[in-house]
Amino acid sequence: MSRYVLRFGVLGYLLVLLVLPVGLIFYKAFEHGFGHAWDAVTTPQALHALKLTLLIAAIAVPANTVFGIVMALALVRTRLPGRGLVNALVDLPLALSPVVVGLALFLLYGRGGWLGGLADHGVHILFALPGMVLATMFITLPFVVREVVPVLREIGTEQEQAAETLGASPFQVFRRITLPAIRWAVLYGVVLTTARAIGEFGAVAVVSGRIVGKTETLPLYIQGQYESFDTSGAYASSVVLALIAIGTVVALRAVHPREEKEDA
Amino acid sequence: MRVIWIALAGVALLAGSASGASKGGSVNLVAYSTPKDAYGKIISAFQKTPAGSGVSFTQSYGASGDQARAIAAGQPADIAALSLDPDINVLVRKGLVPKKWNANKYRGIVSDSVVVFVVRDGNPKHIKGWGDLVKPGIQVITPNPFTSGGARWNVIAAYGALRRSGKTDKQAVSYVYKLFKHVPVQPDSARAATQVFAQGKGDVLLTYENEAVYAERKGVHTEYHTPKASMLIETPVALTKSGQSNPAAKAFYKYLWTAPAQKAFAAQGYRPVVKSVAKGFHFYRPPGLFTINSKRYGLNGWAKVNKRWFDPNKGIMAKIERSIGQ
Amino acid sequence: MLHRGGGSLARGVALGYLSVVVLLPLAALIWAARVGGPGAFWDQVTRPEAVAALKLSLGVASLCALVNAVTGTAMAWVLVRDRFRGKSFVDAVLDLPFALPTIVAGLTLLALYGPNSPFGVDIAFTRTALLAACLFVTLPFVVRAVQPVLLELDVEMEEAAASLGAGPVAVFRRIIFPNLLPAVLSGVALSFARAVGEFGAVVLISGNLPFKTEVSSVYIFGQLQSGNQSGAAAVSVLLLLISLGVLLAIGALRHWRTRHDHV
Repeated sequence: MSRYVLRFGVLGYLLVLLVLPVGLIFYKAFEHGFGHAWDAVTTPQALHALKLTLLIAAIAVPANTVFGIVMALALVRTRLPGRGLVNALVDLPLALSPVVVGLALFLLYGRGGWLGGLADHGVHILFALPGMVLATMFITLPFVVREVVPVLREIGTEQEQAAETLGASPFQVFRRITLPAIRWAVLYGVVLTTARAIGEFGAVAVVSGRIVGKTETLPLYIQGQYESFDTSGAYASSVVLALIAIGTVVALRAVHPREEKEDA
Repeated sequence: MRVIWIALAGVALLAGSASGASKGGSVNLVAYSTPKDAYGKIISAFQKTPAGSGVSFTQSYGASGDQARAIAAGQPADIAALSLDPDINVLVRKGLVPKKWNANKYRGIVSDSVVVFVVRDGNPKHIKGWGDLVKPGIQVITPNPFTSGGARWNVIAAYGALRRSGKTDKQAVSYVYKLFKHVPVQPDSARAATQVFAQGKGDVLLTYENEAVYAERKGVHTEYHTPKASMLIETPVALTKSGQSNPAAKAFYKYLWTAPAQKAFAAQGYRPVVKSVAKGFHFYRPPGLFTINSKRYGLNGWAKVNKRWFDPNKGIMAKIERSIGQ
Repeated sequence: MLHRGGGSLARGVALGYLSVVVLLPLAALIWAARVGGPGAFWDQVTRPEAVAALKLSLGVASLCALVNAVTGTAMAWVLVRDRFRGKSFVDAVLDLPFALPTIVAGLTLLALYGPNSPFGVDIAFTRTALLAACLFVTLPFVVRAVQPVLLELDVEMEEAAASLGAGPVAVFRRIIFPNLLPAVLSGVALSFARAVGEFGAVVLISGNLPFKTEVSSVYIFGQLQSGNQSGAAAVSVLLLLISLGVLLAIGALRHWRTRHDHV
C-alpha cells in the first residue's frame, strides 16, 4: 500500500513540476499549426540566433573537452600544488550564479576594466562573440573534468606504466591506453557540456549587448520575442531548444557506461 | 581525426554565416526597449534614400539604463536612442557623447509621448484619473524606476499631476508612496511591463502612449485613457563621438527629423516633434500637460529631478521602496 | 605516463586555461568590489535592498533544498526499489531539467502557473513562483546523488533486520537512512547552491519587486542596469563566498562518505 502511495506521489510530483510544463511548450508552439511554428523558427533572426548558439557551443565545447581531459590528468596523475583550491575552482561554476559570472567578465573586459583597453586595439571581447564564448566556457567548465576524474582513478596506472617501460612515448601512452579507457566518460561529459552551453542565459545576457541578428543567442532571442508579443515565436524557438534537450537526455542514456544492477 | 576536421569545417561555416559585411558603411544603433518596430520601419525607409543606400545597421534594444551602461562599458554605438536625458548624460560624463549633443533645433528630442493608463477592455474598474489608481484592490503595473526610463516618467507624472491639482510637495510625495503600495510587479523595462500586463496581471498599466497603441495593435484586449493631468514625455537621441566621425550615422541622425521618419514614428503611436508632420495626426492633448521643466509643479529639469527622486541610496524612490518593503 | 615531461605540460596547460577562464574574471570582480575600500563594500552589502534580496535567496534555496531532500530521496527510492512499467522512461525524464535551458523553464512555468494558467493556478510574481522555478532546475540533484548509493545498498541487511523483528520504520531509520545521508546531503548542498544563484528560470516569473520577490541574482542584474557596478560586484562577491562554502561542505561530505565506506 505505502509503496503505491510513494510511487504515485513521486509520479504526481514529476507530472506537475516537469511533464506538464514541458508538454505545454509543445502545445503552445503547435497551437496554430505546424506551419506557423515552422515559419516562426525560420525567420532570419531566429535562424541567426540558432546558428550563433551552435557556433558558441562549437567553440566552447571542444575547448572545455580538451581542458577537461588535461585537467583530469593533472589532478589525478600529477602532484598538483594547491590541489584543493584547483578542485574548488573547477567545481565553482556548478555552484555560482550565472549573473556573477557575466558580471565578472563584464568588469574584466569592460571599459575601465583590466583588459578593457583591448577594445581600443580592435579586439572586441564584450558585446561580441569572444565574450559570449568565454561566458559559456566558464559555465560549462566542470562537466568533462568531473566525469573523467573518477574513471582515471579507477583504471589506475599499471597499464600506462607497463607501456611506458616498453618504450612508449607519453603521447603514445595517452592515445593507446588512457584515451580508450576514458572515452565514454569524455563523451558523457561532452554531452553535458553541450546541453549547458546551448541553454546558457544569465551569463551570456550580461555580456551580449543583445545586438539583433548579431549577438543574440537563441535563449536571449526567446526572451526578446516573448517580450515583443511574439509569444508563438518564443514558444516555437523554445521547442527547438527543448528538442535539443530531449536529444541530450537520449544521448546521455546511450552514452552512460554504468552497468545498472538489477535489484533483487 | 576526421571528426575534428568535420567539426572545424562546421565552425568555419557557422562563423561565416554568422557575420555580415556591408558596402555603404554601417551604423550601430543602441536604443531603449519600446521603439523597436518604429526604428525597424525607419531604417528600411532610410536605406531606400540615396544617403542610406547600402548602409547596414546593427540594432540593440533593452531597458534604457541597461543600454546606457552597456555603451559606457564599450558596446559600439553611433546613435544612442534612450528614453530620457539622464541616461544620455551618463554617456556625456564618460566622454562618449559630446556635451552639445542636444544642440539641434529640437534639443535632441526625436519624439514625444504622454503617460497614459492602459486598462482592460471596457474599463471594468472605472479607472480614469490619478485618484482611481490608489483605490482599494487596484493593482498597478509599472516598471522598475531604477532600470527603466519609462518608470521614471511614470513616477514624475504622478507627482506632477498631484502638484497640478493643488497638492503640496509633501502630499504629492505621499501619493507616490501610496501608489507604489499598489504595485505587485516591477519588470525591468517598459516593454517587459507591457508583456506582464498582457499576461493578465494587474488592473492598470502606467506607460507611454505609444506603448498603449502597441499593445492594442498586438491584440491585447485593452483600451487606454489619458488622464487630464499628464506628463509630456520627450525622448532624446544622441549622436555619439564615434557617430560623429561616421558619415552614415550622421546621415541617419539627420534623417530622424525628416517627414518620412517622423511619420513612421507617428504611425507607431509616437507624437512627432516636427510641427508640419504633427499637423497631420490627431493626438489628444490633455488640458493639464506639463513637462519636466514645469517649475510651478516643482519640476526643475531632469538633472535635479533625477537626483532628488532616483538616487539609488538617498532618492525619494529608494526611501519609498524601502518603507513599503520593510 | 605523466611522471616526467608530460606532467608539467599538462599542469601548465590546465592551470593556464583555468586562470584565463575562471580566475582572472573572478579576480577582476573582487577588485571591483573593493574599489571604495572596506567601508564602501560594507555599505553596499548592507543596503536594505541587498540584505532583503540575499535573505530571500537563501530562504528560497533552503526551502528548495529541504523539499528536494524529501522528494529526491523518494524518487530515488521509487526508481531503485519499485517496479512498474515505464520506469526507465521516468528515469530518463529526470535529466530534462538539467538539459532544458533555464529561460525555457521560466517561460513554460509562467504559462502553466501564471495569470493565464489553464488550471487556474496563478502563482506568478510571488515567492511561491520562485520556489517552483528553483525546484524545477534542481530536480535531478538529490535523485542522482542518492540513486547509485541506494543501488549498492545491501538488501540482505535490511531483510536480516526485518527478520529480527525490526519494523519498516526502524529498518529505514537504523539501516537505510544512515547509509543514504551523505549522498542526500551532498545533493541537497548542490541544489542549495544552484538555487541561491538561479537567474534564467526566475527572471520572467520573479516580479522583480524589491523586498518582496527580488532575489540576489536579479538584484545584481538590476544594480548593473542602474549603473551601480560596485554594488553589483559587492553582492556578487558575497554569492561567490557562499558558493565556495557550499563546495567546501560538499568536499567534506565526499571525504566523510569515502571513510564511511571503508568502515
